[in-house]
Amino acid sequence: MWEGDRSKFPEIIDGKPVIDLDSQKYVKIWQGPQHPGVTGNIALEVTLCGDEVVDLKTHVGYLHRGFEKLLERRTWMQGFTIVCRICVPEPDTNEYLFAAGVEELSGITVPAKAEWIRTLTLEMARLASFLMWLGGQAAAFGMGTVGQWTVAHRDFLLDIFEELSGGRIYHMYIVPGGVRADLPKGLDRRLEDVLKKIEILLKDVDRVLFNNAIFKLRSRGLGIVTRDMVDSYGVVGPVARAAGLARDLRKDHPYLVYEKLDFDIITATGSDAFTRAQVRFKEMYQCIDLIRQILSRMPDSGDFYTPVPNVLHWKIPAGATFVQAEASRGEYGYYMVSDGTAYPRRIAVRGPSYSHAIALLQKLAINTNIADLAGLMVSLQTCPPEIER
Amino acid sequence: MSLRDIISPFYVWKRAFSKPFTTKKPLSDRPGAPRYRGFHKNDLNKCIGCGTCETICQNEAIDLVPVPGIETTLEDSGLRPRIDYGRCCWCALCVDICTTDSLTMSNEYVWIDADADVFRFVPGYDEKEWQHQDRGYRRSEEYRLLHPQRTDMKMLDPVTGVGSFLEIVQGYSREQAIREAMRCVDCGICVASCPAHMDIPDYIRAIRNDDLEEGLRLLYQTNPLPGVCGRICTHRCEEVCSLGVKGEPIAIRWLKRYIVDQVESSSFRDILQQEFVPNGKKVAVIGAGPGGLSAAYYLNRMGYSVTIYEKYPLPGGMLRYGVPEYRLPYDQLDKDISYLLTLGIILERDKQVGKDIGFQDIYQQYDAIFFSTGLSVSYKLEIPGEELPGVIPGLQILAEVTQGLKPVIGRQVAVIGGGNVAMDAARTCRRLGADVTVVYRRREEDMPADREEIEEAKSEGVKFIIQAIPVKISRSSAGKLEFFWNEATMVSQGEGQRPRPEAIPGAVRQLEVDTLIPAIGQGSDLAFLSEDRQNQIEFRKYKVKVDYLGQTSDPRIFAGGDIVNPTADAISAIADGYRAASGIDKFLRK
Repeated sequence: MWEGDRSKFPEIIDGKPVIDLDSQKYVKIWQGPQHPGVTGNIALEVTLCGDEVVDLKTHVGYLHRGFEKLLERRTWMQGFTIVCRICVPEPDTNEYLFAAGVEELSGITVPAKAEWIRTLTLEMARLASFLMWLGGQAAAFGMGTVGQWTVAHRDFLLDIFEELSGGRIYHMYIVPGGVRADLPKGLDRRLEDVLKKIEILLKDVDRVLFNNAIFKLRSRGLGIVTRDMVDSYGVVGPVARAAGLARDLRKDHPYLVYEKLDFDIITATGSDAFTRAQVRFKEMYQCIDLIRQILSRMPDSGDFYTPVPNVLHWKIPAGATFVQAEASRGEYGYYMVSDGTAYPRRIAVRGPSYSHAIALLQKLAINTNIADLAGLMVSLQTCPPEIER
Repeated sequence: MSLRDIISPFYVWKRAFSKPFTTKKPLSDRPGAPRYRGFHKNDLNKCIGCGTCETICQNEAIDLVPVPGIETTLEDSGLRPRIDYGRCCWCALCVDICTTDSLTMSNEYVWIDADADVFRFVPGYDEKEWQHQDRGYRRSEEYRLLHPQRTDMKMLDPVTGVGSFLEIVQGYSREQAIREAMRCVDCGICVASCPAHMDIPDYIRAIRNDDLEEGLRLLYQTNPLPGVCGRICTHRCEEVCSLGVKGEPIAIRWLKRYIVDQVESSSFRDILQQEFVPNGKKVAVIGAGPGGLSAAYYLNRMGYSVTIYEKYPLPGGMLRYGVPEYRLPYDQLDKDISYLLTLGIILERDKQVGKDIGFQDIYQQYDAIFFSTGLSVSYKLEIPGEELPGVIPGLQILAEVTQGLKPVIGRQVAVIGGGNVAMDAARTCRRLGADVTVVYRRREEDMPADREEIEEAKSEGVKFIIQAIPVKISRSSAGKLEFFWNEATMVSQGEGQRPRPEAIPGAVRQLEVDTLIPAIGQGSDLAFLSEDRQNQIEFRKYKVKVDYLGQTSDPRIFAGGDIVNPTADAISAIADGYRAASGIDKFLRK
């Protein structure tokens, strides 16, 4: 925020800036929908005074693929193949939640082994998602090199996913009833190799990013989320934890096998882009630790799938449920309604980006520098497909 | 902020000199993972073209198309999946649900072509290098979308069974029937193999939807004796069921029975609502067996006035007099038939054509005639001693039991033959308290009887002597029958031919019995036709020759049932009745 003479800045009336574009004090530009400084297909309509953002409006709609509607035209089984497409960096949360909702509505219990494997894939996906974020965060402040490293390491994780599920991006591995296949032989060893590589990477990143004058200067004090904003803006996940709130569904409402795992909620108090980066960075180590715990404690044998009724005619009793899980970006939820037929009546997907990329970003962007807008957006780890389901 | 924060970022240079992670082109040294969901493969010989892959595909990327070199047969639609890679999302649900496990995926993932059309291809037929690739996605053994196990049927245990004539198969409950109906994949391969082409997938769907009235309506479209067929049908549909390739076929026959059993006979009329307008024409049906009843029903629906002439006091033909009560209880047979008789079909009982009424009279009185008089004359063994008292044909024993006569058969009984009549006779005799031995010329696997009949007979204590050629019968000094048979070896007759039994010289064995029951097949009795007429009607291989409408060489005479078709079972007779009814209608409308 420009701390000098602010007479040229718009007057704030009723909490809103009054902007007269004809005054030639302001310029309106669009960042996105095709722009390296936005996360995915989203557009920011930015009003600037000099290089300071005085107003920002988020525009969505460039990505709308109508998943929720498509799901109403798919049988319960067919649905699992498209929910993963809602989120490219972290499809498994969607797969898990869809399956968990279907299982809850139909009263199916999943074998223990499947729960362990599901937890493993969720943690791997979280780590992969953080790796992608880390690259984006560094690049948004001008350091593209880190992104090259982290995306390559994410690919090592995708290799493991490929081996486990048969797909790199869209795993389509967690199905209603369990998972599609057991862990391949030797996967734990190969996964451990990847984890070791990632640990080395994280050490390097710590040196070049978290001990980097430019990164510190630009990210500290950027986009401060005050504690009272957390609930009024629907702030969740690492962003809320960086604001000092110990909120994590894995602890608060344990699902799968999280209750059996040993970990603490990582919190911080700075609540700016830098603190959020630190929180996520620590959570990456936490992921690695959790994956190791899972691999060492997972049962060796046992069923990984409970047969569901013939999927061609599978009707699920009428009812509704809301299932939620902690994704890398925060709380993720599926509201699912069955009217007793072979097709869902309604499925509503709620991801953290819905509030983070619209209300929160619009608030936090005011008075930031245009150059920091990309860094701010990445620090909220927004993902447009979650907004446009 | 410190000096360290200025210097530390230069650490990036460390990685500038390390080996890059990326793979250089071509990608051949980076194969997909062993489980990779790559391009599709299909084993065309294993695939039966059931189309379940097409049904499950959420993208409609799969079409079933004819493929040169693949013939349509009863168990194979002759079609193969063609996949459109413009639509496919590689979810592999098609692989997961494949009923034969023929559809799999390779781990190949690079395919470049300038022609967009090539990406719509028939895996396994269009030659692709990955077709013989071992690696790639396939369904895990423990993960199944289909249910290979049939829902258990409650059966009378063999001990209770052999002590009474109670029905052995107890029938499905509502939950069991729905569970069994849920297994069906709706492929419809079964329809072609059913002689009556019953609408099997739809009536199974009606069970799933718990809409038995709809189920009943569907049954009566092609079969007016569904309660009978739900019990004793030879169920060729189940032999071709796509679920049967990797598991147990759907219990189609028992599901049909479930529908009929659950609906009260008094409500049949309301449900089926068969109003028709009489068209003033009259058709005579000779024989109230399944063929005759079927023809009568469909003719009646078309508005014809139908009279059935039956030589026995009760209708049903072989269903009543040839099928034992433990397989088809009389009250269930009556349930089917009594509904037909409420529709206005006239049944002339105890009226044997040729004896009580002349064929010529009928020929003059009616616009058309359908006859399905069945095979009622038992074949002879053609061995010495056959005329001795105590040698009773299988059909005769079965008919006597039905009529409530208690045939005297003694303690020891031998049944000669390996067909369903032989099994019925053997198991009936067991129920009459005799020790029964079945003697058959060939091997057990050559027996024409249904597999389950043989198994049930065994479980009821019937003994089997196989590869035994009957030689002669004589009377022993103790008053018993001595049955001599010769051990046989099987002599190959070349590929595709049934091996022939050949007597081993000197290996004659002997069996002492009270009653000997030959059940080696039956022939027709066409004595009701005058000799002229018999000469007029064409025959082929001892069967009456009819055309595709069931019409004999006399255009006003139609025929069906065992005297016409080679399969000689109830469902074929029912199908013949339907065909002849349509044929008569076509003929009389001309």
